[in-house]
Amino acid sequence: MPEAETMVKVFARPTSLNEKHFTYCPGCDHGLITRLVAGAIDKLGVQERTVFIAPVGCAVFAYEWFRCDGIQASHGRAAAVATGLKRANPDLVVISYQGDGDLAAIGTAETIHAANRGEAITVIFVNNQIYGMTGGQMAPTTLPGQRATSCPEGRDVATMGHPLPVAEMIATLAAPAYVTRQSLHDPRHVAQAAKAIEKALRYQVEGKGYSLVEILATCPTGWRMPPAVAHQHVADVVTGAFPLGDLVDRG
Amino acid sequence: MPKGKVVVDRERCKGCGLCVAVCPFGVLDLSKDYNSSGYAVVTAVHPEACTGCALCAQTCPDVAIEVYREKAAAGTPTRGAGRP
Repeated sequence: MPEAETMVKVFARPTSLNEKHFTYCPGCDHGLITRLVAGAIDKLGVQERTVFIAPVGCAVFAYEWFRCDGIQASHGRAAAVATGLKRANPDLVVISYQGDGDLAAIGTAETIHAANRGEAITVIFVNNQIYGMTGGQMAPTTLPGQRATSCPEGRDVATMGHPLPVAEMIATLAAPAYVTRQSLHDPRHVAQAAKAIEKALRYQVEGKGYSLVEILATCPTGWRMPPAVAHQHVADVVTGAFPLGDLVDRG
Repeated sequence: MPKGKVVVDRERCKGCGLCVAVCPFGVLDLSKDYNSSGYAVVTAVHPEACTGCALCAQTCPDVAIEVYREKAAAGTPTRGAGRP
């Protein structure tokens, strides 16, 4: 190949990912987050001792794509599974990967108490404001007025409550080492999210304790928007409701 | 001679178009070429304009894009480039 002589590869697949194809819908940010997590595992060189905990939801098979061990937890219980793993094997790097239905609805108790105990795990929280896998129902994080299949007239805060500010809630606790909210709506924010995920994992490797990286993600299928329009919606609307940035950094 | 080159894995591509939207030089577009999953895959319609900045690959949710740059240009970082 002539390119081999004059061209060098500047972007390649992370080695922590295997060759299997993602099963997500076209344009879904889950794939991007999966790639960023794998990139962080590569950078820290911890692939051999990483355990990836998949949630219930669209990411239920997420452990399938990593060249590391994986467990699929019962719905919402990923933080509890992560706690057991990390306490029994402190040398492991434990990543809990959860969506908003999993982490912020059925798993609220496990999430808050794992954070409050300062378990030395890394939680990746994919906030796409909807239940994707089950057909686009309202999630705890659904925005006021946002339509979903279980609130076709839009979320009415008077009867359905307000979007749950997970990162802000966790940030009120004394124990967490790092709590941040990131977005992926343009390459600059993707790069920032990559750095945040890497920092959260590094803090675990360095024994600094619990970290939560909330990532504003799109669900083009559930939102009924083309992927690029969905990213623009995150920039224009979602980041207004869920402000970006580090909330806690006790590194 | 273009400074960069993108290689799209046509079986991984789902035709979501995020790379098309993010490319600053109009290199990529959706084609009428369908892969075995039935997705219209992305192709380089203006490969000569590619600088190898890798913004397309940074944005691709299916890790379907690899990016190459000229050896001479590879040492000079472009915005957002080179991060695996």
